[in-house]
Amino acid sequence: MSTSATNSNARTAWLFILPAVLIMAAACLYPVVSAVRLGFYDWSMGTPWAQAKWSGWTSFEIVFTDPAMWRSLLTTLKFAAVSVSAEMFLGIALALALEGNIRGMAFFRTLFILPMMVAPIAVGLTWRYLFDAQFGLINAVLAVFGVAAKGWLADETLAFAAIIISDIWQWTPFVFIMVIAGLANVDTSVLEAARIDGARWWTLTTRVKLPMIAHVLAITLVMRLIDAFRVLEVIYVLTFGGPGDSTEVLSLHIYKTAFIGQKLGAASAISVLLLVVVMVLTWLALRMSNPLADSEKDK
Amino acid sequence: MENYRDVIFDSSFGRYLVNSLIVGIVATLITLLLGCMAAYGLARFSFAGRKTIAYTTLMLRTVPLAVIAVPVFMIWSDWRLTNSLLGLILLYVAVNLPFTIWLLYGFVLQVPVELEEAAAIDGCRPWKIFLRIVLPLIRPGLAAAAIFTFRIAWNEFILALVLTDRSTRTLPVAASLFVTDIGVEWGKLMALASLIALPPLIFTFLAARQVISGLTAGAVKG
Repeated sequence: MSTSATNSNARTAWLFILPAVLIMAAACLYPVVSAVRLGFYDWSMGTPWAQAKWSGWTSFEIVFTDPAMWRSLLTTLKFAAVSVSAEMFLGIALALALEGNIRGMAFFRTLFILPMMVAPIAVGLTWRYLFDAQFGLINAVLAVFGVAAKGWLADETLAFAAIIISDIWQWTPFVFIMVIAGLANVDTSVLEAARIDGARWWTLTTRVKLPMIAHVLAITLVMRLIDAFRVLEVIYVLTFGGPGDSTEVLSLHIYKTAFIGQKLGAASAISVLLLVVVMVLTWLALRMSNPLADSEKDK
Repeated sequence: MENYRDVIFDSSFGRYLVNSLIVGIVATLITLLLGCMAAYGLARFSFAGRKTIAYTTLMLRTVPLAVIAVPVFMIWSDWRLTNSLLGLILLYVAVNLPFTIWLLYGFVLQVPVELEEAAAIDGCRPWKIFLRIVLPLIRPGLAAAAIFTFRIAWNEFILALVLTDRSTRTLPVAASLFVTDIGVEWGKLMALASLIALPPLIFTFLAARQVISGLTAGAVKG
């Protein structure tokens, strides 16, 4: 390739990507870098940045010795572990149950993706309404079975259950859609062969089908974990972290530390922790399924 | 129904609705335009720095919004972009571009490169190839990207809450303030929540196949 051709090539390439790169750099990457930098400064909102004082690792020391941060981290881990494993189990079970049912499948799939598209504010409000002690549907249904009304969102354990239930409702469909798509790509001749060898449904499923889509299951799991660690808006509306701090996940803890506690350095230090967790998971996801991999081979 | 009427004819509802529509539609259009250009540039050209840009983009896709809330407020104040719809649009374009590029990149790769080469031999300039050949072929990808971007720009409320005031509020922010303002007026609030939920649901019904392709993009070949 001649030099001039390469140059014009590169120049055209930059014309295509530059607008997007500039906007992402200015309004996404720069804020992320600033979040990390803020962790090392003592600065109050509303004052000029010039007045910010370098504070070194102080914010990190404060945050990492703060029991509230550890409680919040534990809440986040518990939330991610319980909701994601329930979603994986239910999503896989549903996909296996509905897999053969080709009639009406398109309709089912459409119905299933709806919860993911609803605004978090609407999801949070709806569940808050359903869990309402006085007017909520859930207590009304329980009353039919003779169960006394519960103050769902006023009890620490029940409130935690409530945020898990709402997350399961919203995100099990994602696992379902991924598993159904994975199963659709399984080579049927292998299944046929196993069937001829006399494999029963259970053996066929656990020994052949699921191992064949292990890759899809792994990437689904990591994607769900990433989202579980980022969760904020639904919980903000549903419980706002309460009662006490029983449902205060890391994102909400950051938000409250920054905008209610006005402790920006501390909020940024926690942000760095959350960022590291999410970036490690993202790196893992990219290793498993790299959307750029196809082109790397060509070039 | 009375609750719906109360909400819709509330004097400020109209303004918030217009704000939400402007932010949702403009952010989606800009994201799509810049996103498909960048996806094409990354998929079809080799140049120094390509890998760095591609991987940084992929990593930015999962940045938690809580992490950028504080710096965004600080930077936008500095740039005098707080309390303006433009500031919100800029932010939503930036946070949606990584996913849009990621998604459309896969669609561009599926365009037969021979088609583009043939056009190039016929003397077609890269821009014409992009507009005439690539764009029409990646329309399903554009539909999926449009729905996902609109969904974020229309639904998001934490950053909007931080960045807007009385006149630039979007509908989800208005709804979130309802909760704390007057205790909880369930009838009105649920009516408002349903109205907010509706547009993304309609789009999803219209293009369910594209939404599913967007959800499974990258992880499942198909």
